[in-house]
Formats: sequence, C-alpha cells, structure tokens
Amino acid sequence: MNDLFSTKPDVPQESEARLDRIRAGLSRRHAREKRFRLYGVLAIAAALAFVAILFTMILSKGLPAFQQATLSLPVTFSEELIDVDPQPVREAGQSAADFQAASLRWQRDVTLINWNRVLENAVRQIAPDVEIETRDLQSIIDNGERFKLRDAFVADPSILGRTIQMDVLASANVDNWLKGNIDRDLPDAQQQLSADARALADRLYEEGHIRMAFAWHIFTNVDSRSAPASAGLAGAFMGSLYMMLVVIVLAVPIGVASAIYLEEFAPKNRLTDLIEVNINNLAAVPSIVFGLLGAAVFINYFRLPLSAPIVGGLVLTLMTLPTIIIATRSALRAVPPSLRQAALGLGASKTQTVFHHVLPVTYPGILTATIIGVAQALGETAPLLLIGMNAFVAAVPGSPFEQSTALPVQIFLWQGNENRNFFEARTSAAIIVLLGLMISLNAIAIFLRSRLERRR
Amino acid sequence: MNSLTIAALLLVFLGLAYQQGWSLSRRLATPQGSLHSRPVYHGSLVAIWTLAPALLVLALWALFGSTASRAFIIANLPAEIVDQGGPALQSAIQRVRQIASGFGVAGDAQPYEAAAGQALRQFQVITSATVLAAITAFAAVSLYFARRRVAPELRARNEVERLVSYLLLACSAVAVLTTLGIVLSLVFEAARFFTFVSPVDFFFGTVWNPRFSTTGSGSGEYGLLPLLWGTVMVAAIAMFVALPIGLMTAIYLSQYARPRVRNVVKPVIEILAGIPTIVYGFFALVTVGPFLASAGAAVGIDIRATSALTAGIVMGIMIIPFISSLSDDILRQVPRAMIDGSIGLGATRSETIKRVVLPAALPGIVGAFLLAVSRAIGETMIVVLAAGNSPFLRANPGEPISTVTVTIVNQLTGDQDFASPQSLVAFALGLTLFVMTLFLNMAALYIVRRFREQYE
Repeated sequence: MNDLFSTKPDVPQESEARLDRIRAGLSRRHAREKRFRLYGVLAIAAALAFVAILFTMILSKGLPAFQQATLSLPVTFSEELIDVDPQPVREAGQSAADFQAASLRWQRDVTLINWNRVLENAVRQIAPDVEIETRDLQSIIDNGERFKLRDAFVADPSILGRTIQMDVLASANVDNWLKGNIDRDLPDAQQQLSADARALADRLYEEGHIRMAFAWHIFTNVDSRSAPASAGLAGAFMGSLYMMLVVIVLAVPIGVASAIYLEEFAPKNRLTDLIEVNINNLAAVPSIVFGLLGAAVFINYFRLPLSAPIVGGLVLTLMTLPTIIIATRSALRAVPPSLRQAALGLGASKTQTVFHHVLPVTYPGILTATIIGVAQALGETAPLLLIGMNAFVAAVPGSPFEQSTALPVQIFLWQGNENRNFFEARTSAAIIVLLGLMISLNAIAIFLRSRLERRR
Repeated sequence: MNSLTIAALLLVFLGLAYQQGWSLSRRLATPQGSLHSRPVYHGSLVAIWTLAPALLVLALWALFGSTASRAFIIANLPAEIVDQGGPALQSAIQRVRQIASGFGVAGDAQPYEAAAGQALRQFQVITSATVLAAITAFAAVSLYFARRRVAPELRARNEVERLVSYLLLACSAVAVLTTLGIVLSLVFEAARFFTFVSPVDFFFGTVWNPRFSTTGSGSGEYGLLPLLWGTVMVAAIAMFVALPIGLMTAIYLSQYARPRVRNVVKPVIEILAGIPTIVYGFFALVTVGPFLASAGAAVGIDIRATSALTAGIVMGIMIIPFISSLSDDILRQVPRAMIDGSIGLGATRSETIKRVVLPAALPGIVGAFLLAVSRAIGETMIVVLAAGNSPFLRANPGEPISTVTVTIVNQLTGDQDFASPQSLVAFALGLTLFVMTLFLNMAALYIVRRFREQYE
C-alpha cells in the first residue's frame, strides 16, 4: 500500500507508456488473430476445393461417355450371305451331350457367316456414292456389333431375306473423332482412322445416320477387349453385388454378435482386453494385408477358386468386420443404462434384456454401421487384385463361385487400357456408376435411419 | 443329392421339434403348476438339440463327400488310366461324372466309362440315401431324447441362453482368428521366402531387382531399402499436405465456425473419406500428374507426371478428412473451463488455441497423426497408379519411385509360380508392412486412450 502511494506521482507517465505499448501489441495480436483465422478459412477452402475439383473432373470426363456414337442401319439378312442349315432340334433318344455338340456346331456355322459383309452392305446402302475400301469402312463399326446381327438371327431365323432397321455402335475411334477427343489437325500417320473413314464418319453424322445415343450397353454388356466401344459393366456389377451379398450375410451377423458379446456379456479380464485391442488394431491394418491373407489361406490353402466373388466376399468380410463391430459397440454404449436396469429390475434375464430391449434401440446405429462397412467394401480394390479378380472376364457370373471381376477392379483395368482417349471417359463413367451406388447406399442409410428414429 | 431336399427335411425337423417342445411343456404346465421356463425356450432347446447332430453329419458329408466319390471313381477305372495320372485321369473322372449325371458325353462312351458311370450312379444313389437316412435317424433319435428331457423344472431358458452366449463368444473369436490367420500366413510364407534369400540381404539390400521366376530360380536381388524409402517419401509428402490442412480445418471447425457452417462443411469434407482409393489414383493419374508436370515445366523444374510428388499430394488429399475428423473430436474434448479461463485473462482466440488448446490436445493429435501415417504407408491403389513404379533410391520427389504396397501387388498379380521367391517375397513385404503399421497403430491407440482418460 505504501509502495503504491509513494510511486503515485509517476503513474500518469508510466501508465501512458504502458498503455501505448499494450495498444501497439494489441493491434499486432489482433492482426495475428485475423491471420490465424484466415489460415483456417484457407484450409477449409482448400479441402472444399479438392472435393469440387475431383467431382468436376470425374463428371466432365465421365458424363460424355454415357452418350455414344450409334449407327442406324437398314440391315438386309440376305439369303446368299447367310447360308446355314436350320437350327438343330433335339431328337428322341439323343443324349444331352450329343445335342449340345450339334447345337455348338450349328452356332459355329452361324458365327462363321460373314456378318461384317452384311454390315458393310448396309452402310453402302445408305451411302451409295462413297468409294471406300472394305477395311476402312469396317473400321467405323465396332468390332463386336456383328454378333448383334448373329444374335438377332439366332433369336428369330425368320428374318432371313428381310431388311430390318438396326442400331449398331460405331467404333471407339469414330466416337473419339466425332466427340473431338482426338485433335482433328493431326497428320494421317497419327490418326487412328484413315482419311476415307473419317470423311465417311463425318458424312454419316451430318446426315443423321450416326447419332449420339444413350449408352445403355454400359450397364448391360460385359467387358470386351476386341470391341472396346461395347465394353460394359454388367459382369463387374454382378461380381460386386455377389461380394456385397457375402459381406452382408457374413459380416453383419458375426459383427453384431461379437459387438453384443464384448459390450454386454464379456467379463472384464485380460482376454477381453486382448480381443478389444486386437479389433482396434485390425481396423487399422492396411487392406492389402487382407489380400495377402486371402491369397495365402483361401486360395493357396483351401484351394477356393481364383477370381471368384465368394473369395472376394470372404476377404472383404474379414476387412469390414472391425468397422461393424466398433460402430455397433458405440451404438450399444449409447443406450442409457436405465433401460437395462429397468428390464433387469423387472426380472428379465441378461439375454432377454439385451435381445428384447437394448438391441432394438440400436437398430438405426447397426444399420448405419452396416452401410458404412458395405460402402467401404464396395470401393476396395487392392485386396481383390491379390486374389486374382483382375483377370479379364467376359461373362456375367451366374453364381458367387464363377469367375468375375468387381466394379473398382474394372476401373483399374480400364484405366490401363491402351486406347487412352476412349477409356479415360469410360473409366470416369465407371467411377460415376460406382460413386452413384455408394451415394445411394448412404442416402438409403440416412433415410432409413431417420424413419427408424422417428418411430421411437 | 438334392440340397433343397435336405434343407426342406431340416426345416421340417426344426418346426416339428420346436412345436413338440412348445406343446409338451404347455401340457405339462397346466396340471402341475408353473414351468421354470416359458414354452418358447423349451421349444427352442428341443429344436437346437434335434438339429445339432444332423448338422454335424451334414458338415462331415460336405467335408469328405467329394473325396469319397473321387476315390470311388478311381477304384472303378481301369488301372492303366489311373496310372496315367494328371490331366488324363482328371478328364476321365470328369467324363464318368457326366455319364453318371445323365448328361452324357459327346460321342460314344467307352465301355469301361459306361460301367464306371453306372457304378458311380448307384454309389451316388446309395450314399445320398444313406446321408438322408442318417440325418433323419439322428434327428429323430435326438428329438426323442430332447423331448424326454422336457419337464416343468427343466431350466430350458438358462440352457438356451448359455448356448446363445457361446455362439456370441464364437463370433467375437472370428476377429482374433483373423489376426492369427494374418500373422501365421505372413510369417510362414515369409519364412519360405527366407529359405531362398537371407534376411540380411532382404532388409539391408539396396537393389530391388527380383527378375522373373521363369529365367532361373532365385536369381534376383531383393533389397527392401529402395521400396521402404519410396514408402517413407510418399507418406512424408502426404503428411506434409494433410497435416496443415487437416489440422487447421479441425481447429476452425471446432473453435471458430458457427454450428450452421460446421454442419455443412464437415460432411462435405468427409465425402473425401468415402471416395474409393482407386478413384483417387485415377484422379492423380489423369489430372494431378499432368498438372504438376506442366506446372514444373513452367518454372523449369523437371517433374514427371507419375512421381512420388503426385502420389504424395493426392494421398494427402485423401488423408485430410481422416486428420480433420480425428483432431476435431479431440479438440472438442478439451475442457471448456480451460478455454474460458484463458479468454477471461485477456488472451485472444488464436492465442488460447495455440497456448492452451493445442498443448492440451497434443497427445491426441499425435495419436491421430500416427494413425494417418499408418494409413499412408498401407495405401495401395494411389501409388500403384501414380507413383511410376521404379524401385530405385532417389532423393528427388519429382522422379518416379516404388513402394512396399505397389511391389506386393506387382509380385502377386503376374503369372508367377506361387512357390517361387518372386511371389513369396510379397509376404515378406507384407510382414514388414504389417509390423510397421502395427507399431504405429498400437502407439497411436495407446496415446489416444491415455489422452481420453486424462479429460474424462
């Protein structure tokens, strides 16, 4: 007190000086505060910009791939070109194998018909005055489209001798050319199509014989190497679907059951601790290690078939299990203890309490956990590569035991295709399909969860 | 044998057993006072005990059935065909099976084939009848005994609950078995690899050049260091991108942002976490790589389109949401009182964050950082597509590199013999990866748990 009194005379000057110092410091501190906030805003802006760039790039590259150059041709199934015996009918007493052999023989004959010639005639019919070599002409039609004619003929042999208006896909190179994916000024040597073929494509496009139609075949066709324009996702989609079925059937019950055990039943001892640490670690093990497990155990030890969705599904099940367990446990932990105490107090057993009262409350949480896990499994690529799902499979798998590929693996395979101009767009289209599936899964989850929660 | 028949039979027994237990216990209840357990439990218990032996028989059949039928076919084939072995024997067995199934074979069947097919057919009829009879007998006998146990004082509920809890325990053992499977398969296959190459050469070698298994066995160099260096470099670049952006985002969202902003921004950033890694890989390959290459060319630095830098930056983008949500959780757990105290003493918001919040949250953030590093190390598809796959020790991040994960994929997806060192090295690499991530995860989980306990 005395000190204060004694120094009183100096106060005005000293406090002035101190105030000045503080004021100067204050503006510096406020500037620093502003800068710090700006860093935060910038960081968020950067993160949001990455989301925006990623989606813009994928949509801008992928959406054009859903429109594809398609030729509309009057196809004449002339008798002179299509010269085969009638389709074999199974006779009485013929064994199934013999009939199959006869059918295969007939199918081979039908396939050996010069369908390309039929297509060529059709093109020459709509552009009669064009002089173009057969090879160049055929280069504007996708390689696999002749099988469309064959299939039409096999399905209905009575079209022999008639002329039918059919849509066939233009080749990938024509698609690139018309969409401007290839620089039009490049010299002939660097163009995929000859000058004649390019002129013909341009002319047919102007006359409306080639139009950009919605590419349904992306969803209905399987992958193809010889006919890139008609390559589709159907096989990969079914493969992914089978794997997701395996994951849902195995991972959800096992995951929920072990979450219930750990959260509600397990005694607090070292074994339980071990299981818990183990699950947390398993959740952070790189996915490729699960692929190694699959290769060593399922493929090499149990001799399960290579490239089969069942193996992929098993590997993904083991991978998603920790996710589902951890999420279900936190849902169980969020149930108020009063609920359990009330049930126990009224004489319910432990099991009855859990299954009749606690578990129903957590259904929304378990549902969300399931969908997060399934979405994660749906997008996983690396482990599938190690169990042979990167094989080229040109068929829709009929069961989980047949060879197949998966959506993300198909993306991986397509991005490596040598026809970059065409497959960059195709890959982006596949990515759009994959992301669309994942977004709809999440949307379903949010919708179901809000419905389930409202009911309570 | 028709699996549908068996399923139907089992279902019939299930229904019958349940109904028997249920109605019997009810009948016992009326004259003699109350039951210990409700009829539901008696029914369930009888059903469980009825089906368990039948299912055991079925499991044995599934395990050994095909081996038995194969042995039977071989026993019925002439000795000279059995002695051929290999594919010839395989196709003979296949033909016999086709004859037995009634499908027949193309062409005329050899007399011995027809005989063997006939015998196999009889064998199949007999065995399937036996299995069916065995299942029926076992189920019937156990139904009889289970039914005899039904009594008012039988503690059916306790027994059912005990069985259910065993089932739950078995489910949570799956996660442990998975870890065990990973460790065992990695260790065993890696040990096989180390019989070809000494561990010293593997862990301390500086040249990675495994060659191909067809050009002579084991004549390659398997130095881990170039791959490890690539992994570390990519992960470091990724953390260099992800840590500032992720952490500042978390700080802004948890300390500054209004709830409405937060509720919009947070989910949008978390979209980045849900995007499959193959999509990031494609993004890196198609957009980021060429962009970096042209940006580098503009300022006179030579950056390749596929390089450590490309892979690292895109991986960093992938990890942003991982760091931001983990750090956000941790920052929000810092007690309100500490922040209020600091602001009350006149500190600005940013000073509070830098001097109070961050030091308090540091252990948790370090944990999040370690988890993110472990993710970056184990990430596969981005580096497969965008890092350029060139396993050399290079310091320049603008050059292509290779990582441990890329090499695992390359070594296991080629047409290599599984028993060759070229394939087995993938497991040694996987083991290295697993141990590295395991340590990071354990450390991270330990630190985060300690942090949580501190403030709870």
